[in-house]
Amino acid sequence: MGKTMTRAALLALLAAGVGMSEPAFPAGETPVPPQLKWSWQGPFGTYDRAQLQRGFQVYREVCQACHGIQRVAFRNLAEPGGPEFTRGQVQALAAEYKIKDGPNDSGEMFERPARPADRFPWNFPNEQAAAAANGGKAPPDLSLMAKARTFERGFPWFVWDALRQYSENGADYLTALLVGYKDAPQGVTVPAGGFYNEYYPGHIIAMPPPLSDGQVTYAKGADGQPAVPETVAQYARDVTAFLAWTAEPHLEARKRLGFVVILFLIGLTALMYFTKKKVWADVGGEIEDRPGVKTV
Amino acid sequence: MNDHHHATTYVPKSAFAKWFESRLPIAGLIHSSFVAFPVPRNLNYFWTFGGVLFVMLVLQIVTGVILAMHYTPEATKAFDSVEHIMRNVNYGWLLRYLHANGASMFFVAVYIHIFRNLYYGSYKAPREVLYILGVIIYLLMMATAFLGYTLPWGQMSFWGATVITNILAAIPVVGDAIQSLLWGGYSVGNPTLNRFFSLHYLLPFMIVGVVILHVWALHVPGNNNPAGIDIQSGRDAVPFHPYMTVKDGFSLVVFLIFFAWWVFYMPNYLGHADNYIPANPAVTPAHIVPEWYFLPFYAILRAIPDKLGGVIAMFGSIVVLALVPWLDTSKVRSAVYRPIYKQFFWIWVVVCVILGWLGAKPAEGGYVIAARIATAYYFAHFLVIMPLIGFFEKPKPLPRSIVDSVLGPGASRIPVGAAAAPQAKG
Repeated sequence: MGKTMTRAALLALLAAGVGMSEPAFPAGETPVPPQLKWSWQGPFGTYDRAQLQRGFQVYREVCQACHGIQRVAFRNLAEPGGPEFTRGQVQALAAEYKIKDGPNDSGEMFERPARPADRFPWNFPNEQAAAAANGGKAPPDLSLMAKARTFERGFPWFVWDALRQYSENGADYLTALLVGYKDAPQGVTVPAGGFYNEYYPGHIIAMPPPLSDGQVTYAKGADGQPAVPETVAQYARDVTAFLAWTAEPHLEARKRLGFVVILFLIGLTALMYFTKKKVWADVGGEIEDRPGVKTV
Repeated sequence: MNDHHHATTYVPKSAFAKWFESRLPIAGLIHSSFVAFPVPRNLNYFWTFGGVLFVMLVLQIVTGVILAMHYTPEATKAFDSVEHIMRNVNYGWLLRYLHANGASMFFVAVYIHIFRNLYYGSYKAPREVLYILGVIIYLLMMATAFLGYTLPWGQMSFWGATVITNILAAIPVVGDAIQSLLWGGYSVGNPTLNRFFSLHYLLPFMIVGVVILHVWALHVPGNNNPAGIDIQSGRDAVPFHPYMTVKDGFSLVVFLIFFAWWVFYMPNYLGHADNYIPANPAVTPAHIVPEWYFLPFYAILRAIPDKLGGVIAMFGSIVVLALVPWLDTSKVRSAVYRPIYKQFFWIWVVVCVILGWLGAKPAEGGYVIAARIATAYYFAHFLVIMPLIGFFEKPKPLPRSIVDSVLGPGASRIPVGAAAAPQAKG
């Protein structure tokens, strides 16, 4: 009887979970972004340097016109675990940007070329200026975007996600968004200044489709061809990877340390287990260890 | 304190130790509390979570104190300072992820601890005060966790603080005063953040204080155990050290592996993406959802159509826990010997999980109806089912002693030796 009631309760829980996940989010409203393969997935994942460098190029040539990455410093681009540009490259890159500094000794604000220690300046002097130039709403900073967006996974997937370390939902969403521009379906009117995007919540997004095929010219390899195709899909993935890094610049160090810590803890677990066995053997062992004896 | 336990077996060895012990007998206190202290030999792994919780509390305080050295509790700088910790402070990402996930792990451990208590009837005489101190610690933990979640000053921080302070305004007469006192103004803003930071730093030390009382109150009657019967002879007990220290240690290390999984591989899984957007009073997030450990209470709050009623139900759901020692009318402690209570205990656990799931769902349609049913059941479990079962249930026969419960009758052959020496009677 005991087993039956517990089982009935579990079944009721399952039924509740399956039966009720539907009505609040009608199917087909917003499709779930496809889960892509990313190089930094899993316990040993690392960023793909070439991809981060390409992604930075896409950011610089396309996104930067409107969006900032103001939490990122130029020096970060040369640090381990990121795109790993050389220090020389970063110095030259920084010098192309202007930083507003001051006041100087005569009390004047002045512009100077950026140094590696500076953060990326935004194209707009402030939120209001950015909003005014972009139809009333400032384009958000992208530094943390890959962690600041997600999508609903629902029961029971969130349990499975925890077990398989699925943490790339932000990246999957960003790529889906960038490739998700479509003609509005019949009966949907897109207001002026808006665009129809399959993956954007509510579908009407103010950002015009930012990417087009061939828009960014990637470096050519020895055969005169770029290593990856110059397509919207590829640009979207590359810039997403770059933004995943800007959002989580210490990811590689974190996963590396995590592996060592967990390995150590597993070793310690074994030692603790045998120590405990030995200690408890003095008093006849633990109750769980006695075969054929009813345990509590 | 119980003289029996502190008629300590500690013998100072060095001249200094003798000199010191005659002036402040703290070594003897520690020895009798954490070395010679007799514990039932049948404690299972659910009894190791007190130790886990103590370690989590210390870890939260240590990481929190260091984070506070780099954090700026000012509304325009708080979010940036957290990102500064994440990007520029050496191992700042580790400290912050340990602290944020540590809060979740703290609640995982405390929920296991509480469920264990309710299953084995540890709240019953003579442990009512010990138990109520535990409920107070839990309340303080909830307050601390809520305050801490506001500090990064992201969207969910800000709107979570707004929702929770708004519900306090529903309290009659003093509600508005409490609300403006917490806000330090007419809405959630910089003064709110300042005082929340101050309180977030204060409360953990109050928890430490109540934990000391909790441990003290534990050491008077001693541990309950899976059989729910008292220690009757030295054979029933083992000294805390080394038996429980090594067992707690093993359990702790396994728990730390679980903890490390989140910290190193999915540090943001238990948080909200919205909290990586800086607080913006002009933009309300689509769904304002508390952290997972508050979800059942959030479901109860929203299940009641009346605002004040919701607040009363939410606080009532915790107050009712404090009354459990008197709501349970059964003389038998452990659910192992309570065939009916055992069933209802598990149903109640499932209802808590359902409430948690509903707390994460929007308050509309079928979800609200389900939340109302589950809320009603939650209270009925304590106020109706628990008192009634005590009258109607026929408990299984209790074992004569802890040793009997472990090894069956006639277990006198177990070596007792040193294990039982520090312990003369219950």
